[in-house]
Amino acid sequence: MRLQKSTEFALYAVLELAADPGRQMSTADIAARYAISAHHLAKVMRQLVRAGLIQSVRGVGGGYRFSGNVKRITLWDIIEMFEPQSGGAPGEDDAGYDTPIARALDSVRAEIDDLTRATMQSITLKSLLKFAPAELL
Amino acid sequence: MKNSNVTIRDAKAGDVATVIRLDEIHTGLAKPDYWQEMFTAYVTEDHFGRYFLIAEAGGQMAGFIVGEIRTWEFGSPPCGWVFAVNVSPEIREGGIGSALLDAICQRFAGCGVETVRTMVSREDTLNLSFFRSQGMTAGPYMELEKAVASDTGPQ
Repeated sequence: MRLQKSTEFALYAVLELAADPGRQMSTADIAARYAISAHHLAKVMRQLVRAGLIQSVRGVGGGYRFSGNVKRITLWDIIEMFEPQSGGAPGEDDAGYDTPIARALDSVRAEIDDLTRATMQSITLKSLLKFAPAELL
Repeated sequence: MKNSNVTIRDAKAGDVATVIRLDEIHTGLAKPDYWQEMFTAYVTEDHFGRYFLIAEAGGQMAGFIVGEIRTWEFGSPPCGWVFAVNVSPEIREGGIGSALLDAICQRFAGCGVETVRTMVSREDTLNLSFFRSQGMTAGPYMELEKAVASDTGPQ
């Protein structure tokens, strides 16, 4: 599964903060740790704040802090915030969609999507962090 | 919160009614005949590698787990299979499911197997998340299926 950059950045940020819910980190800190664009990450952080997964901490040493539930939030909860949803009506780029072969290919893609979603829905932040290499924690 | 007063023991014939009730709470369907047969096969009769374990907390049944070792099924070397695990809803997230899985894994390991396996519905996020939290990941086999129409069977 190829994720959009925003999705990857959101996963990095949420997991980094969830690894130590008492810790505050700035966008620059997280961007530097993962060698990613701070400008792009800032947009992602605002969306995560709106979703209630992290909260902004003002003042000296401010930044962001995790504010969700590590035992309840799954990777899918974050992914579906940033990934375009598949399905829906065919568009201009879907020439040939209404043929037996295209429908058969769609059915294979749907099977893979279902497996991907079930996998991501089953992995909570806590589970992922539990099996992450020790240096993260 | 971790429940430190959990004990794990082998199931007894008298446990069947509580097992049926716990299963019904989770699945929404009472299956007394099925569980009676399971008790016969896993509790009353003695078979190598079959385990039906009960978790008790505060003198009450808090959960159960069922599994067995299967050999060369689907071409797989001997492997422990977990068929069912269930914890009473009011005391979940206390480590009882983990204690049950640890206990059955110890018994499987004692029989010489190195892998434990299970199968869970994609829609059953509760159990999927539980097994994931225990370090279980997708294995080397894929489950495949199709509908069988009654009019295309052998003539």
